Amino acid sequence: MGRRDRRTRLADAALGAVLPLLLLAAWEIATRFALVSSFLLPRPGAVVVRLAEEIAAGTLPAAAGATLLRLTVSYGIAAVVGVGLGIAMARLRTVRWVLDPVVSIALPSPKISLLPVLVLWFGVFDTPKIVIGVLSCVFPIVAGTAAGAAGVDRHLIWSAENLGTRPGALLWRVVLPAALPQIVTALQVALPIAFIAVVVAEMLTGGGGLGGGLIEATRLADPAGAFAHLVAIGVLGFLAMAALRRLRRFILVWHEEEQRQGVII
Amino acid sequence: MRRLLHWLLRSLPVLLMVIAWEAAVRLGLVGAALLPAPTTIAAAWWRLAADGDLLPHAAASLWRATAGLAISVAAGVALGLAMALSRTAERLVQPLVTFLYPLPKSALIPIVLVWFGFGHGAQIAVIVLGCLLPVVLGAYNGARGVEPALVWSARSLGARRAEIVRDVVVRAALPDILAGIRVALALGFVLLVSAEMVGARRGLGFLIAFLGETGAYPAMFAVVVTVMALGFTADRVLLAATRRLLRWREA
Repeated sequence: MGRRDRRTRLADAALGAVLPLLLLAAWEIATRFALVSSFLLPRPGAVVVRLAEEIAAGTLPAAAGATLLRLTVSYGIAAVVGVGLGIAMARLRTVRWVLDPVVSIALPSPKISLLPVLVLWFGVFDTPKIVIGVLSCVFPIVAGTAAGAAGVDRHLIWSAENLGTRPGALLWRVVLPAALPQIVTALQVALPIAFIAVVVAEMLTGGGGLGGGLIEATRLADPAGAFAHLVAIGVLGFLAMAALRRLRRFILVWHEEEQRQGVII
Repeated sequence: MRRLLHWLLRSLPVLLMVIAWEAAVRLGLVGAALLPAPTTIAAAWWRLAADGDLLPHAAASLWRATAGLAISVAAGVALGLAMALSRTAERLVQPLVTFLYPLPKSALIPIVLVWFGFGHGAQIAVIVLGCLLPVVLGAYNGARGVEPALVWSARSLGARRAEIVRDVVVRAALPDILAGIRVALALGFVLLVSAEMVGARRGLGFLIAFLGETGAYPAMFAVVVTVMALGFTADRVLLAATRRLLRWREA
């Protein structure tokens, strides 16, 4: 990296920090001079102190752990089921016939409206939160995987079959790797959706977690607590997406897409 | 006729599932309290609609969804184009966008409710907060991918900057903008229903939560089906509009 490169990078970073710093300054000024009621907007310092307190007391990590567990379980189930069904849809005509209309109806409809139904069926503990997470993010995974697996170059499949590859190996060694970029994209799209659903489920059915803590803080008119939870949720979301981006680079090193760059996120 | 037959064959699995559902409830395989039969739900829907309970709530939800999405599209396209066209705007805004994009927007619902109260404002604000970034990214990625040759030819033909943006950049970015709007539409519905369930006195999400709490399960299922149907229909309308707007590309 040349000196010039480094300098433009520094300039980029400086310019990128302008807007967040301005927002922070506006926040500090608005709260310091009581332009906004502290009930609506706590002081930034108060939020930081609160974050530190809750982390030290272990309440925030516990809530984050509960949310993360629900998110991981529901996302994991959705990933396995979604990729499996998507590949089955692309390869088997019957499965496609059955699932095509189901996916086209379920994909755009707001699954979160099923939450009261799930509470009726599964009670208010972890199960409805996990199920709503799965329902919310499984359809984008199915649709993305099916599109990716259906778009695999036929010549690859024909050549493999010609060389005597058996169906199982064909799936594992040809179809899955060739469709992998699109599958990973679908998984990247699905993660925030699962996160949104799990947080809402926690807000509506209690049982701890960051969403539960957030709604409790607003009900108790505790703005610093609410903002501390909001920051924690934001950080968790950011880290989860960053982890997925890293995973993408890791499992797709061999793919040509890693050589080009462009589209953000 | 042929098209109708084709459509029937395509949706046959769903029809079969509904019939199996009805049969399972009728034969007592599933408790009717846990899962009302489709016919029971249809009857409850009809009662809700006839009593005039459904329409005001549906109208409130639709108004919020429309207003929120319209604001998001207008502001999002403007911001996305600005980011793609101006290097300064890009460097100013992009880090913030990348940082805020993965924030699960549903976390903002309680705070927005405290700020805006329980009326239309809060629900619309929640939708805008959720829908803005997908539209921004669509417009930004689309406008950045415009073929430079198109812009050069327009310029050499004497087009002014505003004309180039309107007639070349926006048009070339349209597929990506529409894809962003489609993501925003689905997200907007999810956030609207969530926000209405958490805190609203009107709207379909509120109605679902209210009916669930009072134990009127067939009616609750009826509203759930209504919400799902609205989300599905809105997506179909957008798809049809997309096909119309992009006819020039397919041909």
